[in-house]
Amino acid sequence: MDVFSGLMQGFAVALTPMNLLMCLVGCFLGTVVGVLPGLGPPATIAMLLPLTFNLDPTGGMIMLAGIYYGAKYGGSTTSILLNVPGESSSVVTCLDGYQMARNGRPGAALGISAVASFVAGTIGTVLLMLVAPALAEVTLAFSSPEYFALMVLGLSLVVLLAGDSLTKALLAMALGLWIASMGTDLFTATSRFTFGQTELLGGIDFIIVAIGIFAVGEVMANMEPEKPIDMLPVPKGLKNLLPTLQDLKDCRFAFLNGSLVGFFVGILPGAGATISSFASYGIEKAFSKHPEKFGTGVVEGVAAPEGANNADTAGAMVPLLTLGIPGSGTTAILLAALVLWGFKPGPLFIQDSPELFWGLVASMYIGNVVLLILNLPLVPLFAQLLKVPGYLMYPLILGVSIVGVYTSDNSLFQLGLLTFFGLLGYLMRKLDFPTAPLILGLVLGDSMEKALRQSLMMSQGDVSILFRPIPAVLLGLAAFFLVVPLIKKFNSVRGQMIDQEA
Amino acid sequence: MNLFLKRGDFWAGLAFALLGLYVVFNALGWDYMTEEGPGPGFFPFWYGAIMVGLSLLLVAGTILKQAGKSGKSVQWREMRRALTCWCALVVCVAILKYVGFMLAFGSLVWFVIAVMFNRPQWIALGYAIAGAVGFYALFVWGLDLQLPVGTLFN
Repeated sequence: MDVFSGLMQGFAVALTPMNLLMCLVGCFLGTVVGVLPGLGPPATIAMLLPLTFNLDPTGGMIMLAGIYYGAKYGGSTTSILLNVPGESSSVVTCLDGYQMARNGRPGAALGISAVASFVAGTIGTVLLMLVAPALAEVTLAFSSPEYFALMVLGLSLVVLLAGDSLTKALLAMALGLWIASMGTDLFTATSRFTFGQTELLGGIDFIIVAIGIFAVGEVMANMEPEKPIDMLPVPKGLKNLLPTLQDLKDCRFAFLNGSLVGFFVGILPGAGATISSFASYGIEKAFSKHPEKFGTGVVEGVAAPEGANNADTAGAMVPLLTLGIPGSGTTAILLAALVLWGFKPGPLFIQDSPELFWGLVASMYIGNVVLLILNLPLVPLFAQLLKVPGYLMYPLILGVSIVGVYTSDNSLFQLGLLTFFGLLGYLMRKLDFPTAPLILGLVLGDSMEKALRQSLMMSQGDVSILFRPIPAVLLGLAAFFLVVPLIKKFNSVRGQMIDQEA
Repeated sequence: MNLFLKRGDFWAGLAFALLGLYVVFNALGWDYMTEEGPGPGFFPFWYGAIMVGLSLLLVAGTILKQAGKSGKSVQWREMRRALTCWCALVVCVAILKYVGFMLAFGSLVWFVIAVMFNRPQWIALGYAIAGAVGFYALFVWGLDLQLPVGTLFN
């Protein structure tokens, strides 16, 4: 199927009344969670995932993806009005967005952010449509050793999600691998780590871990006493939210920069929207005629990172759908959702499920238009959400978490596990252990073990099968990603020792 | 008291080391290799061993950092509110089986608003009742999902 006919089929799917409604709901919820600091897309998607089991998978996926990219639009609102990023990828928007608002141009900052998100989101979707099928073609020849190496590469990119400590990130990933290996081993029917509980024979449902770690853990972390918010006012009326023609002209390069950097950084598993927004900001500043003005409220300083963090979502869909490799906590949950619905993301995904793939792509075009409409005139309304007190919001999140987990299996045992993983998520946050590597380990662990065992069965235990050209390159890259931070660390410790001796 | 004993990383490292040892010892009880290839003990053995190594690295790093007196200690007072909330959730889950979703969830909402955030009773009770009924209406009547009814009322 060529791209054009695929897209036409996609629009036929996405424009059905039910899927259109799902797209609207997803974009709306995404904007809401993007605006609210503390409640991110992974928590929201994890909580709502069990409730989508009764829906058509295409509609469900359209809604969950809408939450994912919708949150990127909403994330800029708090950066601009409060100097508090709604999402980590909106951190860099604070630099110029908040300054623009303080300089009396909050409307223009919000407007240019919405326009940049729309332009980059749309260009990103065009690139997704062109790149994903081509990449899927290339990877069609992959078998178990290649998959194993690909998953090792995906896990090794955990270093990019590591935060301050690579050791902690790797430990979190190992914890994810442990949880993934609980239950009955499908090759030999051996029960592993079940603690004598029959409920654990089937393993631990991914949903419970995700909701516990992200939603319950997040609520617990936010249980500190409330601080009053100091929000800059949002101008009323659509006219005051539209950027001027000069603003748009100044941002021509920023739109393109954000779109391309966002998409291509997004393709790299583990790189994430935060890196792409910082990278596009750096490029914009480097090529600007007035770099000294960056940080004082220049419009390009808002357009480039906001564009990048939206194009990144389309880029992140490429490895997710064509290789089955998620690059972040959110895409790991989307991968789990696809698997739970019975799909197999990978090289054959587009061929086997064209309706879902092209429906999703078409819904992203529609979603970007919906989000532009939602985010320009309705920004003042969304900004009011920041005034909703935590004591009203947190019980709601806990309630949706309980219902989400209970309805996935109608089991009270699972709710016990939810409380355990909630505590674990909270402790990980308090001790600065990143949570995304745990989710990545959990999602990829089972498939990685299967791929490794299948590979070694194929070769009757001969490990040289893992060093065929493609797996060897992928494993080499994985080793490179793991070793580089260690060398950097070694050099910095060595430098400190030399300084001390001097 | 040694400074590193107050650091969360030290205790987290020890916990991970114990977990890693548990994983490795369990893995040794299963087949490492079979005639068809790697057995059920193969994969857990390796990630368990890596877990032990990394956790010891974390523990050693925390102890060595003591000289520089850097690092983060556990702030128990800060954690008290979060742990109280968690205990309320545990109680809510524990009584679900007996009193059902509406009463258990309503109590949780009341506790969070009235006790933890110290808001007036009418707000707490009003929101608890509205929340419980709203959830029931949305999920049971609206989405046709099942929620625990409670053995006391069954």
